[in-house]
Amino acid sequence: MRKLSTRRRHPLAGIVVLLLALGVVGGVYSAVRFQPASAAETASQNDVDAGRKLFLVGCASCHGKNASGIETKRGGNYGPSLIGVGAAAVDFQVGTGRMPMAQSAPQAPAKDPEYTAEETKQLAAYIATLGAGPAIPDDEYTDISGKTIEQIREGGEFFRTNCTACHNSVGAGGALPGGKYAPRLDGVSAKHIAEAMMTGPQQMPVFSDDVITPEDKSNIIAYIKQVQNQPNYGGMAGGGLGPVSEGLFTWLIGIGGLLIAAVWIGAHGARVKKK
Amino acid sequence: MSDELDQLTDAEPVKDPGLPAHQHRPTDVDPAQELRAERQITGMFTVASLLLVGFCVAYIVIDKDQTFLGWSAMNFTLGATLGGALLLMGVGIIQWAKKLMGDDEMVELRHPAASTAEERAATLEDLNAGINESGFGRRPLIRRSLFLSMSFLALPTVIMLRDMGPLPYGHKNTVWKKGMRVVNDVAGTPIKPSDLQVGQLVNAEPAIMYEKDKDGEAVLHGTELLQEKSKAAVIVVRMRPEAITPAKGRENWGIDGILCYSKICTHVGCPISLWEQQTHHLLCPCHQSTFDLADNGKVVFGPAHRPLPQLPLALDSEGYLIAVSDFPEVVGPSYPELARDQKRLDDKS
Repeated sequence: MRKLSTRRRHPLAGIVVLLLALGVVGGVYSAVRFQPASAAETASQNDVDAGRKLFLVGCASCHGKNASGIETKRGGNYGPSLIGVGAAAVDFQVGTGRMPMAQSAPQAPAKDPEYTAEETKQLAAYIATLGAGPAIPDDEYTDISGKTIEQIREGGEFFRTNCTACHNSVGAGGALPGGKYAPRLDGVSAKHIAEAMMTGPQQMPVFSDDVITPEDKSNIIAYIKQVQNQPNYGGMAGGGLGPVSEGLFTWLIGIGGLLIAAVWIGAHGARVKKK
Repeated sequence: MSDELDQLTDAEPVKDPGLPAHQHRPTDVDPAQELRAERQITGMFTVASLLLVGFCVAYIVIDKDQTFLGWSAMNFTLGATLGGALLLMGVGIIQWAKKLMGDDEMVELRHPAASTAEERAATLEDLNAGINESGFGRRPLIRRSLFLSMSFLALPTVIMLRDMGPLPYGHKNTVWKKGMRVVNDVAGTPIKPSDLQVGQLVNAEPAIMYEKDKDGEAVLHGTELLQEKSKAAVIVVRMRPEAITPAKGRENWGIDGILCYSKICTHVGCPISLWEQQTHHLLCPCHQSTFDLADNGKVVFGPAHRPLPQLPLALDSEGYLIAVSDFPEVVGPSYPELARDQKRLDDKS
């Protein structure tokens, strides 16, 4: 101890202390920092490398070479930072064709995916290495085969509380200000619905696993599928858009058509000259 | 010359052309056509009867879970048979009227609608006799007391309508109070700040909605639960702290960008949770009132007249989100006495 104390004024002492401190801080940081998402661990290094190549070609022009986003002078961005968005966000955005965006618009619409499933997996693997974020959901979220009617009912309660404000009570979607909209939910895969809840794409809020648990999420998905697959007891659903559009159709097309038919019946009738 | 002029003024200036000659229909003159129309109409009525029998058969035979083109097979068949039968009956009646019923034009002259002078005089005489005999004119005390009782007939209606619901004032408090946990709606689970990510929305309720008393009964239930829920429902959102511009005195109402607002629109009270996480705007689906949750719930669009009330948040000893107090502002739709109620609320706190 004495030896150490006598050398504390040595010219190199400061450097030694600094190195020691850096080593301790770095060591502690690497020990306690978030582990990258599980998808990154299962993905091979080859996937990550291939994903990085795909990213540099197809995504970097908006999201930046390091995926840290490109900001505009006015404080917006061409593409947001992707650090920490996780594999789930990539799988949702690329898997539903929302990314890459075809043109600048209030909202990226879903379209046919540009990348194959394999390429999407590679991109997701690369983005997942950049920072901790939600992984691609597994069967815990998406397996709805064994759901009981009670679970579906509970999923419906969660859906009506958290989702119907934007997506309509049967998932028919709805309008938002400024040309934005909440999309329809029919035909969306269970995996993509779970990913949307976990990552909150575009204007959609996040519904994290801590608040809406994986089981709640799978119940919600089961409810959506149940609503969409049950027969239409009321006849044609008309898009399920609600009473305003249905009333408008009935009044204009239905009653209007009947009026035209009545006028036509009154105006027509064969006559003969013969007495 | 003048004789001719006199004749012209006596006569109608334009001659009444009368009705055009009646034109017959093919069924009026051709027996074969007539028979054909008769058969058509009878056929439609017969098929309608068969369809109605088919309705009964379908109701008994078809399984309710069977589907047809994605619709319920039973509902489809019931609708098709009943609708088809009614349609055929209607079309048959129209065909009958147009083809076979007599359609000769008729002229009916108009007559004055009033009764004769004698009849009117007699009626008035009877009425006056009645008034005299009842003494309605001669006994003002009875007459006035009758009018009084008739006007008092409105009182029970007013009292009963008044009692149908509480007036807004005096019910401005919600069940939120200091220390009450903010819990997830439906699940009833308490919320920690670490559960929430930036961009997260939680539809939440006060913990008392899910509390049970010592007998295991819910503290709030039935109508009371619904009434309290309709006032106390909140949304919890998390934004980047730097995006938030708190008003003076509201700097410590949130925790790391987590803010809590009333879920009830201040326009006419629709529940709102249509939140755009990137613009921080909350949109009411009923009339498009839009509130900026990063800017103290300020109205940025639509008919709402005052900001969305905010609930001050804190953390309890276990790290869960709790309310610091009840809403400092009156929640729910705005009403004429609002300013007075707000003053009472301010005086109390």
